[in-house]
Amino acid sequence: MAPLAPRSGDAIFASVERVNAELFTLTYGAIVRQLLTDLEEVEEVNKQLDQMGYNIGIRLVDEFLAKSNVSRCTDFKETAEVIAKVGFKMFLGVTASVSNWDADGTCCSIILEDNPLVDFVELPDTCQGLYYCNVLSGVIRGALEMVSMKTEVTWVRDMLRGDDAFELQVKLLKQVPEEYPYKDDE
Amino acid sequence: MAAIYSLYIINKSGGLIFYKDYGSAGRMDTNDSLRVASLWHSMHAISQQLSPVVGCSGIELLEADTFDLHCFQSLTGTKFFVVCEPGTQQMEGLLKAIYELYTDYVLKNPFYEMEMPIRKPS
Repeated sequence: MAPLAPRSGDAIFASVERVNAELFTLTYGAIVRQLLTDLEEVEEVNKQLDQMGYNIGIRLVDEFLAKSNVSRCTDFKETAEVIAKVGFKMFLGVTASVSNWDADGTCCSIILEDNPLVDFVELPDTCQGLYYCNVLSGVIRGALEMVSMKTEVTWVRDMLRGDDAFELQVKLLKQVPEEYPYKDDE
Repeated sequence: MAAIYSLYIINKSGGLIFYKDYGSAGRMDTNDSLRVASLWHSMHAISQQLSPVVGCSGIELLEADTFDLHCFQSLTGTKFFVVCEPGTQQMEGLLKAIYELYTDYVLKNPFYEMEMPIRKPS
C-alpha cells in the first residue's frame, strides 16, 4: 500500500470538531487568572503554564502525527516548518511563519501574527513579567521531546507587552535517539 | 472472512500497554502476552539495526504458516501490532485507524498516565 500523503493543516482543521473560539479564550483566561490567584508569583505562574503545556504537548504529538500523516522530518528546518504550517493550523487555526535561522540550522523563530488565546486580553501593571501564552512554549517542547528532540523554547516578542507579533524562539539542544541497553560484558 | 487473532499495543520502552484477543486462535494468558510483547519489541529493535536498507524503521510484516503479524510504529515509539490469519488484507489501514483511536480515547483522557497499561472498562 502506498504511504498516505501528508495532509495540509487547512484540511485537517476543517475536518475536526471545533469549539467556540470565545469559550476557548475564556477558559484559558480563567486558568491563568486562577493560577495567578493561587500562586501569586508571576514567575511561578510562567513555570506552571509551561508545565501544563508540556503535559499537553506529550499527548498532542501522537494526535498530530496520526491526523497529518507527516513522515519523519529529514532535518530540524523541516520540523519547524511542519510545526508552523501544519501544527498551529490544525490546533489553533492560525498559520505561523518560520524565520531567523541561525548558521547551524538549530535555532529559529516561529512568528504568530494572530493568536486566539489572547483575544481581548490586556495585561495589568501588576503582571508585567507574565508570559500569558507560555502554555504554547510548553506544548512545543513536550511534543518535540516525544520525537526525540530536546529543545528550549522562549518568547522573544509578545504582543501583550507592546510588540507587534508573537515570536517564539525554538532552539534544538540535541537529538536523543532511542537507546537500547546493551551489556558490555560477555 | 479473514480474521484477526489479537491486537497488542506496546509503549516505547517495550512494555505491553494493551492486549486483546478476538477468537480462540490467538488466545494467550497474561504472561504469554507479556512475553510476546517484549519479544516483539526486541526483534523490532534488532531488525532496525541489522537491516541492509538505510533508514529502516523496523519490521512491518511477518508472514508465517499459520499467521501474519503486521506492525506499525509511530514516530513517538509506540508500536501497534496485530496477529491475523495469513493473507488478511488492509491491516495497515486498520493499524492506522487504531492509532487515531488511541490518540483520541487514550491520550485525551487526562487520567491516563503515559506509558502505563490502558485500563479497559469491564
